[in-house]
Amino acid sequence: MANPIAERAALRSPLGRVRGLGSAKSGTQAWWMQRVTSIALLPLTIWLVFSLACMAGASFGEAQAWVARPLNAVLLLAFLAASFHHSAAGIREVIEDYVKPEFARMGSVLVVKGVCALLWLVSSLAVLRIAI
Amino acid sequence: MSNMQDGREAGMIGSRTDGAPVRRPLSPHLQAYDMLQITSAMSISHRITGVAWAIGLLFLVWWLAALAAGPGPFGAVQWFLGSVLGWVVLMGLSAVAWYHTLNGIRHLAWDAGYGFSIPATYRSGHMVLIGTAVLTGITWLILFVAWI
Repeated sequence: MANPIAERAALRSPLGRVRGLGSAKSGTQAWWMQRVTSIALLPLTIWLVFSLACMAGASFGEAQAWVARPLNAVLLLAFLAASFHHSAAGIREVIEDYVKPEFARMGSVLVVKGVCALLWLVSSLAVLRIAI
Repeated sequence: MSNMQDGREAGMIGSRTDGAPVRRPLSPHLQAYDMLQITSAMSISHRITGVAWAIGLLFLVWWLAALAAGPGPFGAVQWFLGSVLGWVVLMGLSAVAWYHTLNGIRHLAWDAGYGFSIPATYRSGHMVLIGTAVLTGITWLILFVAWI
């Protein structure tokens, strides 16, 4: 049986909750995902930096053949996803620390998110077109 | 102090141990901090390298998109990356990437609750700087050997 007191145990009004002005019980999610992507990027970065360094001066055919290899394509897609997630989270943190006016802050965070999402899609589509 | 015009002045009202008011920053601040300390210098460097690397990802996007587009566009990227400016960008990005990666491990250790003492912080800071120099040198060596 529904307990009206338990249902209303949260002191914050529904309006306050939808405005995002109180605890939504997910406050650590952004912080945690930044750490998760950073851990994922540790091995991926070591692999990518050394792989790309080895490809200096590679011809068009050599470079395409390298990206087309399934393992390289999968790791590239993983690197791009983790990188752009981590970049958007990191730049957002910088903006939120240094940009005070709320409209400018929210606007620039949204622009950064949009640009990161688009760049992630562009680069991932490029990898897929080469690999498939 | 009654005619305070700037809200930031509120953070500048301190008091001496005898209670006398004094105008100085109340919390760690660029005016009060020696930014050449390894702790604060490496902290802001982590941000700067993070932003620089995020911008540097544009070159990876360009490289991949050109590789998918065809030999013509790919030739343009390779020409740029082979130019003097391209080499400066690549060498700078590799140093920035290694610094942010190694200092990121340091931050993960702090997040897990380790290495907070001053000696440990200085030790890990020096290790990051040495590691960055070594890994960047190895990367440039591989880059150079692959290029010739």
